Amino acid sequence: MSPDFAITLVYIGYALAVLLTFGAILTWVERKQAAIMSDRIGANRAYLRIPFTQVKLVWLGLFHGMADGLKLLLKEDFKPVTYDKLGYALGPWLAFTPVVLVFAVIPFGGTLDPGALFPSLADWFDGRTYPMQIAPLDAGLLVVFAFGGIAIIGAMLAGWSSSNKFSMLGALRAGSQLISYELVMGLTVLGLILIYGTVDLDAMVRHQSGTVLGFLPAWGIVYQPLAAILFLTAGIAENKRIPFDLPEAESELISGYFTEYSAMKQGMFMLSEFIEIAIIAALFTTLFLGGYNLPWLTDAGFVFPGGATFELGHGAVVAIQVVTFLAKVFLLCSFQILIRWTLPRFRWDQLLGFAWKFLLPLSIANLVVTAVAVWALT
Amino acid sequence: MSSRKPYVRKRYWNEPEMGWYERSYFFEIWRGIRITGGVFLANMWKWMTGRKGALTAYYPEEIRADYAAHNRGKHILTQRPDGRPQCVACNMCATVCPAQVIEIDAAFDPDDPEHPKYPSRFEIDYSRCVFCGLCVEACPEDAIRMVKETPDLPGFDRGRMWLKQDELLNWQPKQDVAKPYPAAGAGRTRGAP
Ligand code: SF4
Ligand code: SF4
Repeated sequence: MSPDFAITLVYIGYALAVLLTFGAILTWVERKQAAIMSDRIGANRAYLRIPFTQVKLVWLGLFHGMADGLKLLLKEDFKPVTYDKLGYALGPWLAFTPVVLVFAVIPFGGTLDPGALFPSLADWFDGRTYPMQIAPLDAGLLVVFAFGGIAIIGAMLAGWSSSNKFSMLGALRAGSQLISYELVMGLTVLGLILIYGTVDLDAMVRHQSGTVLGFLPAWGIVYQPLAAILFLTAGIAENKRIPFDLPEAESELISGYFTEYSAMKQGMFMLSEFIEIAIIAALFTTLFLGGYNLPWLTDAGFVFPGGATFELGHGAVVAIQVVTFLAKVFLLCSFQILIRWTLPRFRWDQLLGFAWKFLLPLSIANLVVTAVAVWALT
Repeated sequence: MSSRKPYVRKRYWNEPEMGWYERSYFFEIWRGIRITGGVFLANMWKWMTGRKGALTAYYPEEIRADYAAHNRGKHILTQRPDGRPQCVACNMCATVCPAQVIEIDAAFDPDDPEHPKYPSRFEIDYSRCVFCGLCVEACPEDAIRMVKETPDLPGFDRGRMWLKQDELLNWQPKQDVAKPYPAAGAGRTRGAP
């Protein structure tokens, strides 16, 4: 096993662990946060009983997610009589896989020097360093959008192959909604690409490591505040959650494009929705909130503006970066949940009008202004 | 030539006036998020400082203190001064009960000629009672009441949901009946036909 391969395996394991943990934890966070926002207590009854004792672990209702998972796994996997068995079986996977794969290009930490971390392995690694990113691709951002496109196919295929009118309507809505908002998303990040001059996500994050005007962190949101708002809006719409949950609109379409799915297949749609919350948050963090960067933190430690420095070892820096990234992602997830429990759902014509008549012109205006500014400054 | 008129949306008298500020979504959304986020932070702060940040009660461990005095809670059977049930087993409550959950077995007590009929078994199936209070209305003797408290209502099996006579009489004993049991010899005489 070559060192590169070993490091990539470790990264993949880390990414899967983080994503699935986020998927599981967010179901709990969503319940609890919604409850606290509305003066309620929230799910707090499921417990694990330590065998042979009467000690019940409740842990603020953390085990409700586990109970849900068990229930989904043990339920009957009902299959409708459909003309397209393959499409029906493929749907959940096409909705789930691309969401997880997006994380491959997101940098979740700075540069890792395994030789410095584990001196006993220093010979094997031979001084090589690795960016903390599963696939350090030059075309990172393009990969993100390509996978976003595949997720549309998953939703449409699931709806179409269920041979159910509600699913079909949901799929049509999903298709038009996702395509509209994908466009807005693409146009908003074009401004960032102009500023950073790259689509490599790791290079983008490195660009955001300094400060502007001496005190503001040089994060994307400082350069492109409007783009940040538009991106987050489009991201939530991509995720098909309230206020943009028309493809699944329970009050109109039962469950929209996954009406005919049951048991763990339906669970995969739900899980991919929760993981996508984390993915949107991770993308937003990477593009607009400086990724793993903390202000004044460099690879050698903190360097404060006054000239004071605070030396840190390599292990400490790596740990701080990873934790910073996770903390930012978690805060953004919480913000998305706040939005989901605050706003009412759009009407269908309002939804498309919002994308095409409001967000799209704004993002184009943002792009033009950015282009002129970049041209004038260089 | 069809002469279909284009659809014109109905205008309501109270339709909101929206200027550019409301139409641009973001400011109003920001206002909404400030409200919900503020509630969240305030409640979260309460939870984190060890107080309760919710209006909900942890039923059944915690019972809200502000039940109204006339709340129809758990039933009681009132007692005569000697502690026996005031009930004369007339079956009126069981007859009026819409859920048909009251079961009474009447018994005869020759040693108590003023009050010879009494319930030997008086049970209410709480898994089906709808707490309508009709039994209380129907009782001619003020023998059954509903008090405002509701302790121990939930249970895990149906057998346990039967409220037995013993518990009805004694979980909150009351002897202040509105129709007091007549003193011995008052009105009627012992051994009358
Ligand atoms: S409260 Fe209503 S339902 Fe319950 S026992 Fe009395 S009459 Fe029957
Ligand atoms: S509780 Fe009242 S109504 Fe019911 S049997 Fe007894 S005396 Fe009659």
